[in-house]
Amino acid sequence: MIPELGHFALILALCVCLLQGILPVLGAHNGRREWTALARPAAQASFLMLAASFVALAWSFYVNDFSVQYVAAHSNAQLPTLFRFGAVWGGHEGSLLLWVFMLSAWTVAVAQFSRTLDDTMVARVIGVLGLVTSGLLLFILFTSNPFDRLLPAAENGRDLNPLLQDPGLIFHPPMLYMGYVGFAVAFAFAIAALLSGRLDAAWARWSRPWTTAAWVFLTLGIALGSWWAYYELGWGGWWFWDPVENASFMPWLIGTALIHSLAVTEKRGTFKSWTVLLAIGAFSLSLLGTFLVRSGVLTSVHAFATDPRRGIFILVLLFLVVGSSLLLFAWRAPKVALGGSFALMSRESLLLTGNVLLVVACASVLLGTLYPLFIDALKLGKISVGAPYFNAVFVPIMAPVMFLLAAVPLARWKNTDIKEIALRMWIPGALALVAGALIPYLMGGWTVMTALGSALSVWIAASGVIQVARRLKSSMPPASFWGMHLGHFGIAVFAFGVTMVGGFQEEQDVRMEPGETVSVGGYQFKMIGVKDVTGPNYAAARGEFEVTKGAGAAKILEPEKRNYFSSTMPMTEAAIDAGSTRDVYVSLGEPLEGKAWAVRVYFKPFVDWIWGGCVLMALGGLFAMSDRRYRLRVKEAVKP
Amino acid sequence: MKAKFLIPLALFGVLVVFLAAGLGLDPREVPSPLVNKPAPAFKVPQLEQPEMQFAAEDLKGQVWLFNVWASWCVACRQEHPVLMQFARQKLVPIVGLDYKDKRKDALGVLQRSGNPYDINAFDEDGRVGIDYGVYGVPESYVIDKAGVIRYKHIGPITAEALEKTIIPLINELKKS
Amino acid sequence: MKTLYAILLVLCACGNAVAKDAAPLADDPVVEQRLIVISEEMRCLVCQNESLAGSRSDLANDLRREFRTLIKQGKTDAEIREFMVSRYGDFVLYRPPVKPTTWLLWLGPFGLMIVGVVALFVYLRRRSTEIGPENVLTDEERKRAEAMLQEGEK
Repeated sequence: MIPELGHFALILALCVCLLQGILPVLGAHNGRREWTALARPAAQASFLMLAASFVALAWSFYVNDFSVQYVAAHSNAQLPTLFRFGAVWGGHEGSLLLWVFMLSAWTVAVAQFSRTLDDTMVARVIGVLGLVTSGLLLFILFTSNPFDRLLPAAENGRDLNPLLQDPGLIFHPPMLYMGYVGFAVAFAFAIAALLSGRLDAAWARWSRPWTTAAWVFLTLGIALGSWWAYYELGWGGWWFWDPVENASFMPWLIGTALIHSLAVTEKRGTFKSWTVLLAIGAFSLSLLGTFLVRSGVLTSVHAFATDPRRGIFILVLLFLVVGSSLLLFAWRAPKVALGGSFALMSRESLLLTGNVLLVVACASVLLGTLYPLFIDALKLGKISVGAPYFNAVFVPIMAPVMFLLAAVPLARWKNTDIKEIALRMWIPGALALVAGALIPYLMGGWTVMTALGSALSVWIAASGVIQVARRLKSSMPPASFWGMHLGHFGIAVFAFGVTMVGGFQEEQDVRMEPGETVSVGGYQFKMIGVKDVTGPNYAAARGEFEVTKGAGAAKILEPEKRNYFSSTMPMTEAAIDAGSTRDVYVSLGEPLEGKAWAVRVYFKPFVDWIWGGCVLMALGGLFAMSDRRYRLRVKEAVKP
Repeated sequence: MKAKFLIPLALFGVLVVFLAAGLGLDPREVPSPLVNKPAPAFKVPQLEQPEMQFAAEDLKGQVWLFNVWASWCVACRQEHPVLMQFARQKLVPIVGLDYKDKRKDALGVLQRSGNPYDINAFDEDGRVGIDYGVYGVPESYVIDKAGVIRYKHIGPITAEALEKTIIPLINELKKS
Repeated sequence: MKTLYAILLVLCACGNAVAKDAAPLADDPVVEQRLIVISEEMRCLVCQNESLAGSRSDLANDLRREFRTLIKQGKTDAEIREFMVSRYGDFVLYRPPVKPTTWLLWLGPFGLMIVGVVALFVYLRRRSTEIGPENVLTDEERKRAEAMLQEGEK
């Protein structure tokens, strides 16, 4: 019964969303207030319907209703309750329902927190969001219904993919989707602006907090995914330039360009068309990512089980949404008035340079990701484009961006003197050079890449600290100032982590018997033994290792090799001792003869700085969003 | 002034065309670079008679079908009846390559389901498979009289593939 | 004194015997090092986008074993790559080879960067001489502004 109610709720939601999509937009065009007034209530109604639907699916998982095909495919009676909840979005149909549920959550949030906005604008924004939601609901109802029944019901489910049975995986997709879907709001604002013809600084101010919020979620979602891969996959990597990873990274790059471009449009009223194009671009890339992951067009560990019908549907959706937006852009953008002028050397131009570089970086990732497809479609052969390509191409493009971002906060609007900036940056510059020369040497070996990485991180960090210190001498700066510097500092921390781990990690692949030791990165790892343990839905071999550094206290690490009852592939659960300056990482390989095991031992310096940096970036975004001026109400008296 | 605003739309259009084309392709299918190159030489023990060897050059002068299979391979069971039928036609010798298998298991399968092979080579450690670019079992090769690989079929041989591609090719190669 | 030394020696020997150093999984760490570097840049053909270095599948194990043999035979990295490409095609390389079909791939990003920066420069040059109507309000906008100001003073 409940699944049928969930299904019904989806159909109702579709009807409401269609109404929500069509009437307010037309009403805004015709000036019919009865129609525009429908926007907020419609958003609330569709949110309730989708919440009901989502709850229905979650309930089916909770009670182990294996008569629902999706539940039978992704869950199991022995699956711990927490993972049963995560299994709701463990497969294609459920994750799409999550997508659509979040889209309606963002929509209703816009409806709720937009009292100071012009009603016609709100109507258009909610309307556009309604149309997008309708498109996705049609997709779900016609090709990916999570409530399809399996009759007769299965005895027990096939279990959630063991790789996904992990707390990290509980949070990673929702965070990521909050980000992807959040860019739909920026997109809707952009379309609303194009439709209304009103593209001005006020529009940018409305857009900005929503866009930053989406960006924060996406940053955290990607970081979570990377961290999860690191500790779950058992061999210490944290980014593979896998097509699905790239699919999440591209909107992030454009999103970063967008939040900076919005800053300029808000403060100076320029870059309006460019900002609108970026907003369309960010969400288009989210949709493209959805297509890539679910259509079977690219190979990836992340890809969902595919069905050509689904691929075609998403492609058509992508074509309609993005095609019509770009058409609208081509039609309306030329009419947008030019903003204020600015000199060749100014904060505006420097920000635009950073923007252009970010777009080039994104285009490069897109090129690399899709190139195998291009070549195959043109019958020119079959190639692979993997990490070596992306690393070779991405780093040289991002290096100038990192160089610039330290200096841009010092640039003045309209016109700035490069010499003046250079003078004020001499301390960070000197520190960076010293860092570049010394740090790699101190860590174990000087190379160009580690020097560059160290130098750039220190360049950004030092200039940030100095600028903040100087500013604090006068008044307390607003939240947006802290946001900017925290965000930039986060990048420095991130880059430092990447450089240190990439340049100085150590690993050993050894054959170990109980009692033997291996030395890595200054640490001694002694194998105590391996014993058999059983979990709720798996049997495992658990190793016990004693880790010491010199005369320090010993730590015990217990890596496992699990065999889930539902799967033939064994799962590695690495044991990690995380520290602020290094991770020490042990994972079990295969059992060898007698009591011996193949063991992989890693020393990863500063690896947690990678995700720490991402958290700082996200925190920066939160500060920027919470700036008072976004919460000022029209009625507040303005002090002279 | 106006044309440049159409650039994003145009680029997007190109992208969509490629994505649509991509829907019809299989990203995991690996075409073989060995087609139209000489079949790699090898010499391994036979499956049924371990004292006897089989070498690729043994069949020089004939057109033959080289089929890579294993007892643990599920898709091979799909292909088996088609191979049996094809063997009855006695068009060309069918040589099997028993890939990374145990003799007992392989012989058991042949006994139970029938033996379409004229000869079976036993590739215990998979080295021959690697030389032939085998990545997924079953795979089959059509090799001509000069010992050159003319066609590689990835996956189980279907009746359709036999009729449309393999048999016509074999007939053509036999004429020359 | 000599006895003391003898005892110390024996103790040291015992100490070493207890804390035995684990043997590297491979016979030859130097070969292993090269193996890891080479196989990291190659695709495991039976996996969903994993490298030959990381994959534990049968084929990956077999291929790594082949590589060890080839490395010990003194083959260069290029020769080993050629070994793989002649059997499996370019698809097996994660670093796409530079050939006419991949010129766009390898040159594209830098070309795009140059085009982008040049276009940016041209645009900025032009922009800095144009004057936008920043301080000019339309009548409608002026009325709205005045209305808002009056509202604020209430």
